[in-house]
Amino acid sequence: MKTRKILSVIALVGLSMSAMAATIPADKVATLRQVPLDIEPTPPVMPKVDNTDVEKARSYPMQPPVIPHKIDGYQIDLKANKCMQCHSRQSSTYSKAPMVSVTHYMDRDNNFLATLSPRRYFCTQCHVPQVDAKPLVGNDFVDLHELMKKEK
Amino acid sequence: MKMNRRDFMKANAAMAAASVAGLALPAAASNLITSSEQTKLEWNKAPCRFCGTGCSVIVATRDGKVVATHGDAKSEVNKGLNCIKGYFLSKIMYGKDRIQTPMMRMTNGQYDKNGEFTPITWDTAFDTMAAKWKKTMKEKGPTAVGMFGSGQWTVFEGYAAVKLMKAGFGSNNIDPNARHCMASAVGGFMRTFGIDEPMGCYDDMEAADAFVLWGSNMAEMHPILWTRVTDRRLSAPHVKVAVLSTFENRSFDLADLPVVFEPQTDLAILNFIANYIIQNNKVNKDFVKQHVNFRKGQTDIGYGLRASNPLQQKAKNVATAGSSTAIDFEEFKKFVADYDVTSVSKLSGVSEHKLIELAELYADPNRKVTSFWTMGFNQHTRGVWCNNLIYNIHLLVGKISTPGNSPFSLTGQPSACGTAREVGTFSHRLPADMVVTNPKHRAAAQKIWNIPEGIIPPKPGYHAVEQNRRLKDGDLNCYWVQVNNNMQAAANMNEEGLPGYRNPENFIVVSDAYPTVTTQAADMILPAAMWVEKEGAYGNAERRTQFWHQMVKAPGESRSDLWQLMEFSKRFTTDEVWPKEVLDANPQFKGKTLYQVLYQNGNVEKFPLSDMDSKYMNDEANHFGFYAQKGLFEEYAQFGRGRGHDLADFDRYHEEHGLRWPVVNGVETKWRYREGSDPYVKAGTGFQFYGKPDGKAVIYALPYEPAPESPDEEFDLWLSTGRVLEHWHSGSMTQRVPELYKAFPDAVCFMHPEDAKKRGLRRGDAIKVISRRGEIKTRVETRGRNKPPVGLVFVPWFDASQLINKVTLDATDPLSKQTDFKKCAIKIVKA
Repeated sequence: MKTRKILSVIALVGLSMSAMAATIPADKVATLRQVPLDIEPTPPVMPKVDNTDVEKARSYPMQPPVIPHKIDGYQIDLKANKCMQCHSRQSSTYSKAPMVSVTHYMDRDNNFLATLSPRRYFCTQCHVPQVDAKPLVGNDFVDLHELMKKEK
Repeated sequence: MKMNRRDFMKANAAMAAASVAGLALPAAASNLITSSEQTKLEWNKAPCRFCGTGCSVIVATRDGKVVATHGDAKSEVNKGLNCIKGYFLSKIMYGKDRIQTPMMRMTNGQYDKNGEFTPITWDTAFDTMAAKWKKTMKEKGPTAVGMFGSGQWTVFEGYAAVKLMKAGFGSNNIDPNARHCMASAVGGFMRTFGIDEPMGCYDDMEAADAFVLWGSNMAEMHPILWTRVTDRRLSAPHVKVAVLSTFENRSFDLADLPVVFEPQTDLAILNFIANYIIQNNKVNKDFVKQHVNFRKGQTDIGYGLRASNPLQQKAKNVATAGSSTAIDFEEFKKFVADYDVTSVSKLSGVSEHKLIELAELYADPNRKVTSFWTMGFNQHTRGVWCNNLIYNIHLLVGKISTPGNSPFSLTGQPSACGTAREVGTFSHRLPADMVVTNPKHRAAAQKIWNIPEGIIPPKPGYHAVEQNRRLKDGDLNCYWVQVNNNMQAAANMNEEGLPGYRNPENFIVVSDAYPTVTTQAADMILPAAMWVEKEGAYGNAERRTQFWHQMVKAPGESRSDLWQLMEFSKRFTTDEVWPKEVLDANPQFKGKTLYQVLYQNGNVEKFPLSDMDSKYMNDEANHFGFYAQKGLFEEYAQFGRGRGHDLADFDRYHEEHGLRWPVVNGVETKWRYREGSDPYVKAGTGFQFYGKPDGKAVIYALPYEPAPESPDEEFDLWLSTGRVLEHWHSGSMTQRVPELYKAFPDAVCFMHPEDAKKRGLRRGDAIKVISRRGEIKTRVETRGRNKPPVGLVFVPWFDASQLINKVTLDATDPLSKQTDFKKCAIKIVKA
């Protein structure tokens, strides 16, 4: 974890330098690396998976929500889909887990099906858990709500 | 169903969240904006920036920013779906560290190979580059300059680059990173059919009764195509899915027939299936008689290593690797007879009953079967053979070019087909499957390009792997890399790539949107516009060409690769770079700039700015004063029209959600080579493989040969490398999206728990992965999505701090020159 924090700090320093149009040492230019090419750093310890069950805000309405809990060992295969044990329409009432969106009951041509659409069967193609790791570099994406607020 | 502890916790957490949300509710409600004017977003289509699937997305912009993306419901490819990467496209351009100005390594205001990166102007950048290029070409000729491009170039950019290199500098030293991913597929297509790219299309997925994956983890690498396979498998219970790989991966979750085989023995399994079909009398004799020839290929062809490598010296037939001789069906039958179920089972480690079950999927005349493959076949020292051998099977049973019957080579990159292959940005190619070695093809290119004879060299240039070797040897001295991160991507970094880039004789320029490991090794960095910051075109794996408009401005001084290529060409005159005898024979070209010769040649500048849709920006067109993208495309399309590669008119692609070539009389082609579906097939023939002069495809007799490097006593494990779902290639875009980073921040070494235990290791331990060439530090992962068998480990290559290509071997397929990133011998010790 420590290594990761140090890297982020260095990255930020590097950034502000580039903003000031100053020079950057070659070995500091690659924000995601920050060490010479002939050295292999020791990787940070494996981060913990966020298991708080607190839903994260979406960046825009169409974003698939990230998974706020561990899914280690979840079976999603020909035989079973562990996720749907809580997130299906039938279970969500008592599991209190969010029901999968209505789009998940639609086929390729947007017709509604009686159950989960098979094209949406493998949940992890769109939904991923999040680990406790600070991104090495920031992102300037602006939420459209922020944009609208600015305009007002 | 009982409520377990976890469910209880979840229920409580949800209640807590709801009460928080409840408190916030009044404030949020009062902020609801109901004016449609204020909430309006501008929506436009674009293909996804990532893999070869070619999903279409709808991009929302507002105030010059991309604010959202979602799957395009009107696209046949993805029908509204995206994978996790695609859903986060809106964030890929907004990493805080976008390169915004050209930079050069300098000390005290002067270029210095060991200096610090210093911001410079575009003029200084191009002046410096031009001086280096001119000096080098004067001293050593055009073979000393080179370019490394990408299957992520737009069609226009790849085409402009080929022109600059082959028709401008007179150098064939241009190759795309698609050499690392699709060259073996190209080699297979050309050898068996004489024309590149799949005959079928994605519609095969809704028609097939069986799917066989050969070294393709579609669940992670082509997730949206996997949704279509899953849809078919779970909707139609008779459908079977077989998944073959050297380790268990996420695609195995859908497998009716899971097959883990010993690395390299896919060659033997393929031959076993052909043998099984023949022995059980399941050959489609009519089809074979009418549409197939048989040939025996050269063997013992080496491993594409440096000539000094002992393995290379041991191989007998390096010089004649691509040759073959005609044989007949009986000889082929005899050849594959050695591949019986008992011996192949022993060699591959796959049980006899599984091998037979697999062969039956192909042999059963009532089952429509689609085969998919990607890097397991292509990144293989016998990759072209693998491609040939899978076609053998489909051709023997005549399961080809009909809906659901499809040998389907999947593509890695968004425009590996559209740009790298169709435009021909390879060191041996020209547009539309033509090659530099063929005088007729060169003549055709000269005519369309309006350049004299003697500029396009007849000898192929340096391919990707050769480029790194020649940089190291000092034969290639001026080198421009665009849209890829080859220091991280190419094999054997320690012995070839790094010494090549840092060779004091060389000047390395890297154009990228973000500072990558490759920029770290460069001498000059040029800031590049990306994706919807420019107008573009990509071609996906099913021959679908898709266009998009520029929707936002690139930050700072960033410029598209197209702008960079065209602008750079202004710095050269023909007198400086063309042979004197060519200019003497064609004096009208004397004193012209390459820009005039290449991009003001009567074609490229033909379309005025008024041809553009005024609704959209187009920074390149406005800069050059003509609709450059349209001119480049229409000139390029001349190569393929009437030759089986017909593209529609430029303007139409801006209206359509993609069209599959050949587009003849305005209609796309779904299945090639079959009468009634492909307009190029003559009536009464049924099928016609018109890439070959006699219209017949070729079945090749090719053996199993071992891998160049296998585990031994010291280096006792196989190493396979590859990708993960959440990251695109080297991660330079996806590692900058917080959600994707937090989904998979660091590479790990997936290994079998027994292999870990044997070495006294536990999950999470820091280890060294060591080969004869180099080592990295990573951590042990014994759980999760990949479950390798004992004796094999898997390390993904997206992590800039874990450069696994220091470990890999730069052995290539001698025919395709593509590297095998899936097999080398390593050992693991505690770090």
